[in-house]
Formats: sequence, C-alpha cells, structure tokens
Amino acid sequence: MLEQHLAALPILLPLIAAPIVLLVGRSSLAWMVATLVSGFATIAAWQLLITCLASGSLSYAVGGWMAPWGIELRIDAANAFVLLAVTAISTLVLIYSKDSVAKEIESDKHLLFYTAHMLCLAGLSGILVTGDAFNLFVFLEISSLATYTLVSLASDRRCLTAAFRYLVMGTIGATFILIGVGMLYMKTGTLNMLDLSVRINLYESSRTINTGLAFVMVGVGIKLALFPLHMWLPPAYTHAPSAVTAFLASTATKVAVYVMIRFIFTIFGADHVFNDMGMDLILMVLAVVAIFKCSYMATVQNNVKTVLAFSSVAQIGYMVLGIALVSAAGLMAGLIHIFNHALMKGALFMAVGAVFYRVGSVNLQDFRGLGKHMPWTMAGFTLAGLSIIGVPLTVGFISKWYLVSAALDQGNWLVAVLVLLGSLLAVVYIGRILEAAYFQKLPEGTDPEQVKEVPYLMLVPMWILVIANLYFGIDTSLTTDAASAAAQWLFENSQTSVPQVMEMKP
Amino acid sequence: MAVLIDLVLLSMLALTALRIIFLKDLFAVVMLFGIYSFLSALIFINLDAVDVAFTEAAVGAGISTVLMLSTLALTGRKEKESKHSSILPFLVVTVTGAALIYGTIDMPPFGDANNPIHQHVAPRYIEQSPVEVGLPNMVTSVLASYRGFDTLGETVVVFAAMIGVLTLLSVRRKEDDEAPDSGLKSHRVLHVVAKIIIPFVILFALYVQFHGDYGPGGGFQAGVIAAAAIILYALVFGLPMALRVISPKFLQILAPLGVLLYASVGIYSMFMGGNFLDYNKLAHDPVHGQHYGIIIIELGVGITVFAVMLSIFYAFASQAERRNVS
Amino acid sequence: MSFILDYYNYWVVVFLMMTGFYIVISANNLVKKIAGLNIFQTSVFMLYISMGKVTGGTAPIVVEGVELYSNPLPHVLILTAIVVGVATTSVGLALIIRIKRAYGTVEENEFKNSDDAI
Repeated sequence: MLEQHLAALPILLPLIAAPIVLLVGRSSLAWMVATLVSGFATIAAWQLLITCLASGSLSYAVGGWMAPWGIELRIDAANAFVLLAVTAISTLVLIYSKDSVAKEIESDKHLLFYTAHMLCLAGLSGILVTGDAFNLFVFLEISSLATYTLVSLASDRRCLTAAFRYLVMGTIGATFILIGVGMLYMKTGTLNMLDLSVRINLYESSRTINTGLAFVMVGVGIKLALFPLHMWLPPAYTHAPSAVTAFLASTATKVAVYVMIRFIFTIFGADHVFNDMGMDLILMVLAVVAIFKCSYMATVQNNVKTVLAFSSVAQIGYMVLGIALVSAAGLMAGLIHIFNHALMKGALFMAVGAVFYRVGSVNLQDFRGLGKHMPWTMAGFTLAGLSIIGVPLTVGFISKWYLVSAALDQGNWLVAVLVLLGSLLAVVYIGRILEAAYFQKLPEGTDPEQVKEVPYLMLVPMWILVIANLYFGIDTSLTTDAASAAAQWLFENSQTSVPQVMEMKP
Repeated sequence: MAVLIDLVLLSMLALTALRIIFLKDLFAVVMLFGIYSFLSALIFINLDAVDVAFTEAAVGAGISTVLMLSTLALTGRKEKESKHSSILPFLVVTVTGAALIYGTIDMPPFGDANNPIHQHVAPRYIEQSPVEVGLPNMVTSVLASYRGFDTLGETVVVFAAMIGVLTLLSVRRKEDDEAPDSGLKSHRVLHVVAKIIIPFVILFALYVQFHGDYGPGGGFQAGVIAAAAIILYALVFGLPMALRVISPKFLQILAPLGVLLYASVGIYSMFMGGNFLDYNKLAHDPVHGQHYGIIIIELGVGITVFAVMLSIFYAFASQAERRNVS
Repeated sequence: MSFILDYYNYWVVVFLMMTGFYIVISANNLVKKIAGLNIFQTSVFMLYISMGKVTGGTAPIVVEGVELYSNPLPHVLILTAIVVGVATTSVGLALIIRIKRAYGTVEENEFKNSDDAI
C-alpha cells in the first residue's frame, strides 16, 4: 500500500502528525513523535528520488479525480531532490532541537513549537510536491503561518517585530502569487501546472499571461528573498530561536527557489521567460548585485547570525544565477547549490546555536576563545565555513565549480570571475569569526567551566551535516546524478516537446 | 440592472477604501473596514457567489472586525503622523497598478460565457458533479470532493492560526476570576434577549453545517456561526462565564481532533484501495461514498473552525480583561 | 462603450487592490497595515469572483429549469483564500498585541533602534 501512496507520504506524514503532536501532551513525547515522523518522511523522499531517477516522473491524483479536475501531486527528479534535502534537514534539526529548545523556549510552549515545526514541514513538502498552482498557494500559507509562529517563539523581544515584518512581506508576496495565478487561470481555465503549460502555449503572446508571470515572479521573489526583496530575512533569521533559524535557513528559501524553477521551466517555458521576456538578464543582474551587496553586508555585521543571514541572501544569488544562465548546466549548478547550501547553512546555524546554548549570545566578541573551549563545535563551524567559501574537498567547491564551468560554457567570463570574487568576501566574513574563535582569548570574567562542549544530541546532527559537507564534496555521484537528471528533465520538458493536450472529456 | 448595482457597489467600495487611507482614527478605520467587507459580500452576491458572500460577511465583517477592535482596545485608537515620505509607496503602487491595468487589456471580457474559464475544467463540475458527487450545490462538490485536498489544507491553515495565536497570547483563567464584572452584566434585558437568541444561533449553525450540500453553507461557515454564539455569550455574561462553559483546554483538544477527523477519511479511503480522500471507495455505491465522505469532512472542518475561532477570541479577549485588572 | 463594459469591473478592482496595497506599505500604525492587507486581499478575491461570472447565469446550485450557471471553481478558490486571510490576520494582530506590550508602541516611526524597525 505504501508503494502506491509514496508520492503523498511526505505531505501526509507531517500533516497528520501536527495535530497528534499537540495532543500527546508531553514535550519529550512530542519531540519523539515529530522526529520519527520526519525521519519516515525522509525515507519516503529518498524512495521517491530513486523511483524518479529510474523512471522519470510520478503522478498521484488526490481524491481519485484526474487532473485537471482534481488536484495532482507530481514528482520528478528535481523536486524529489529538493524534498530529500528538506526532510533530511528537518529530521536532523529536530534531533538537535531537544536541548536547544529546552534552553531557549519556555517549557509550556514546547508542544506548540513541535506542532508548528510539523506544520512548516508539511507546508514545504506540499509546495514541492503539488502539481496544482492554487494548491501551491495553500501550502505556501501553511508553511508561512507556521514560520511566523516559529520565529516569534524566541525570548528576545526583537523576534516580534521581525516576525511582523516577515508576516507583512510574506503575505504581500503570497497575494502577488494569488494575483498572478488568477491571471493565468483567467486566460487558460485551468490550475493544473502541466495543463497550464500546454494552454499557455496556445497564445503567441498575451499581456494577461505576461503580467501574471511578472506577479508570480515578484511574489516568489519575496518568498525566496531575492535582492532587493530580502529585507525580511536578516531580522527573521537573527532573532528566531537557533533551531528555527537552522531549519528555515536551509529549507524555506530553497523551496521558494524551486518554485521559481517550476514556474519558469514547467509552466511558462524557459524559452518564453528568457528569450521573449528577457527575464534572464534581470535575474542575472539581481543575483550578481545580491552576491556582492549582501556578502559585503555580511562582513560588517556584529551579530554572527546576521552575518550568516546576509550570507544566505548572497548564496541565494548563486542559485538564481545558475537559473539565469539558461542552460542545463547552469540549472544543474543551481540545483546542486540548493542541496549543498542546505548542508552548509544547516551546519553553520547549528554551530551558532550551540554557542548560544553555552554563551547566551552570539555577537562576534562572544566567539573569542571558543576554539579552545568548544573544540568540536568550532571545528564543525570551521569546516562548514570553508564550505561556504568554496575550498576544495567541500560541497561549496562543487557548487562553485559547476557554476563557473556553466558560465564558461557560454563564454560568460564576467560571471565566472564575479562568482570567484564573491568567494573572497566569504573569506572575510567567515575569517573574522574564525579569527575571534582561534586567535583570541576567552573574555575576562567568563567562567571557563561554564563554556564547555554542548550535549551530544546537539553535536551529532551538526557533525552529520559537517561530514555530509565533506562527503558530498568528494563523492559527488549522488548530487550530480540527481541534479543533472533533474536539470535535463526540466529542460527537455520545458515546452520543447509539447505534451499532449489533456482531453476535454472526463 | 445588475450592471447598475455592480457600479453603485463598486463606487461605494472605492470611496470607503480611499477614506481609510486618510483616516487617523483607527476605530473608524476598523469600522470602515467592516463596511468594506460587507459591501464586497454584496458584490459577491451580485456576481452569483453566494457561498463566498456568506463567508466574507461572517469572516471579514465579523471575526476580523472583532479581532481588530479587541487589538485596538489594547493599542490605542489614534494613528500618529508619519515622518516618512509617501512618495515611494505611491510610486510602487502606481507601477504595480499600471502593470495590472496593462494586464487587463488582454483579458477575456467580463461575463462572457465563451471565456476560457467557462469552457475548460468548469463544465465538468457544472454538468457532471450533480451526477458524480450527487449534490445540488456545485461549490460544495468542488470544495469537498474534487478539490478536497485544498480544503484539508485550508483546515490546517486555520489550525496553524490557532497555534500561532496561542504561542503569542496565552489564555489565563486565574486572573480572570478576579476580573470586575463587565458592564453588560447588569443589563437584564440583554441577558434575556441573549438567552433567547443563542440557542437559535447554534441551531442555525447546525442547519448551515448539514445543509451546505443543498444551499450555501458548510462546515466553515457553521463553525464561525457557532463560535459567534459563544462569543455573544462571552460578551453579555462576561468572559469568565464563557470560559467555564467551554474551557480553552477543551478547545485545544477539539481543534486537532477536527483536523484528524478530516484526515482519517483520507486514510480510510487509502485502506479501501483508493487514493487519499477518494470518497468513491467509502461505500459500495460511489455516490453514497461521496455523500458520507463530504458529511464527515465538513464536520471535521466545522469542529476545527469552531474550536479555533473561539480559542482565538478567548486569547484576544483575555488580554483585554487582564489589562482591566491591572 | 462595449470595451468599457467589458473591463470596467476589473479596472475598479485593480484600483481597490492598489488602495489596499498603498495602505499596507504607507501606514504608520501596524493595525492599519493589517486592515490594509485585508482590503488588498478582499479586492483580489473580487478579481477572482468577477472572472467566474457569466452574464445571465445564476448561482451554481442546481435548480430545475436553469441552464446557465456561473463558474463554481473561482468561488471554491476564494472560500479557501478568505480562510487563509483571516488566519494571517489573527496571527498578525496577536503579534501587534505582543509588540505593544514589549515596546509600548505600535507606530512604525517610534521604534528607536533600526534593528527593531518593521
């Protein structure tokens, strides 16, 4: 039975677990249920990826109603790949959460935290898996509402204004997507993504559809924190509880990047978006500006979480850059970076959360002397930091390698040089933190007994990610196979071969 | 005639919205927002969307307005002058609006039966749903069956809202017990009227719950109306009394159970060999199966919405009471 | 004339949307921002419902002898969207109450530290 419903499991498991987690009543039990369910979702995602690599794509008609009348879940190598990253990170973050949450969140809110986490995971999986444009909006709102809740759980009052800003911008983004989808629906009469792509093709060029495209792009741009629509991200990531930041930074924006890929390649068609509308140039310029502006911003921040948050916006620039190169190689680089960046940022934010656990704040001066007193945490931070910079033998290097070679394939020397220059800024902002940790002494008046290594439940998931950073930096067969299959698939199915028009008869 | 009504309503909406921009008195802003919501409900009726009108009136003019008012009670009712220039927002809005107007030029004409959206997908709902699903109200058929997954998502969104509000505002009973009597408590007439009205409101909610298959209505509207009955009770007899009748703890159990009830229909249909939420598999006769499925999931929606709306009201109202005490 | 009759509805709706959008981004008070957000969304709902209308049609509930019905699908979508809207509103308002308690103000220009800005 599970085989048949595999496509629906990554959504259904956390969706059904969320109310159960609220009902179980005890914090430790809730943690266990949430972690187990997230683990099962990861296994389902892994199975899905294997199935899709072997046989192309999967479709699941919810309610037994065929698309386009009912809602279809549609899985291909691309979203299975991102789904695997999201569910795996969720599981690791949940393991990590037990101690971190106990420290940072009041005990009567633990159940709410785990429920919100499950809702967020269900929403993100739904966004990835659904094949229906309106259903995507519904899941987007589930994950967004859960995210606002998660951000506002921190004890620092600044999380409230951060969550409010996020809520206003996020809702504007969602409403823009709603407007855009409405315009597409108006012109085509359908909401199913595949059906949409076929019917959009019937129009040579339509102002309504082009406006719809623009609105969807701006809406998704807000959700993925595309420069200059990223203003919500740094405060939200800075002031959220550590476990929440680790989860969101490595999943939420990545899912939004995938939504952009899906809209461009599956619905509108790369040819239309890039050649007819010239969207590639806009995206490329925004991506390059994001890489430099936000990497620079990262070098002048004092709060380490803010440093990493700005670095995230810059890294999103690399992903968008990959998309904007308009080639299978570029798209593949973007997809690989989605996966790899999840590994890097997950590990980094977990390490920062570990510092918060012991030191109680994460400003740059609080990192002084930690290299000696929290050796494992800082070693993990260092390795993941090298990965962000793009040092060989780490996943960061793989991402940059494919991105640069995709740019060179097209003779785009400028982009290749800019990518490498962007890495230099990463050296600066990671270097400042490492300098404080390894070359300075613990500030006077701190009790060295207090500043010690964190519990194993926090170290182990962090180090699993760190090792993954190294493993996938050396043995790249899984990531490159999946990403290149996904990119090939997306490009081939992007309107070059028009799929059959769905039959009108039921 | 319909065009005339439409025009009058639209211009009233435009005036209301414009007025809100310049008002600094937030109480008036919220009232105008309630009016805006009501006017749009009228537009929805005029455009044949009776279910939507029903919901908009209950939610926009009802719940949202009540929540905004209780927020104002805590935050003050005057907006201060902003030092920001309003040029940038104006520019952003003009550009966005211009893009939208550009997009409208190519749109299918308003009300034309030959528009693509009336030709593709929808005809099956209109022609087949009374046979396939067996309900006269096509909106309910599409909502609960063809797009039942959206509605599950919607129920989960409501549930997520409760999680969010409870995270931010906790309901405290102890302090409330010492709260002074609310002003309405000494109004005998109000008491009598409320006692007479509340059972009818609950009866109406039940009618809306189970009549949604035939006329406008369904679980969502019913849940809101039932919650409104208890809210009325709380307003007249004081929050502590209402908390004693239906405790927040009970609601926090009820809300997830509603979601689970909905999902369990899907799980059951999976065990019966269908896909998730395939109601055809619930009984031997597919149409009967559809009917059972829709009744149960609408009940799940109703339970969750009732519990969530009431919890949210409790959370907001107990903040105000707490302030009265201090 | 027919051009205007074909599109006047959409144009007014666009105007309403933009009024709401303007209130969201220009209002100084957070409650007013949320009210603006609601107006913005309600106007988008009108866009959807407008496209579902068929001239001469009736509400999509089967009645003997009626042949022409308005399109039920936009109604379903907007029912869902209304619910999503109220969910967001309630969380937003709850945040405002907490912000008031933590900072003592809900006016955007009164947050001193740029770190706290909305």
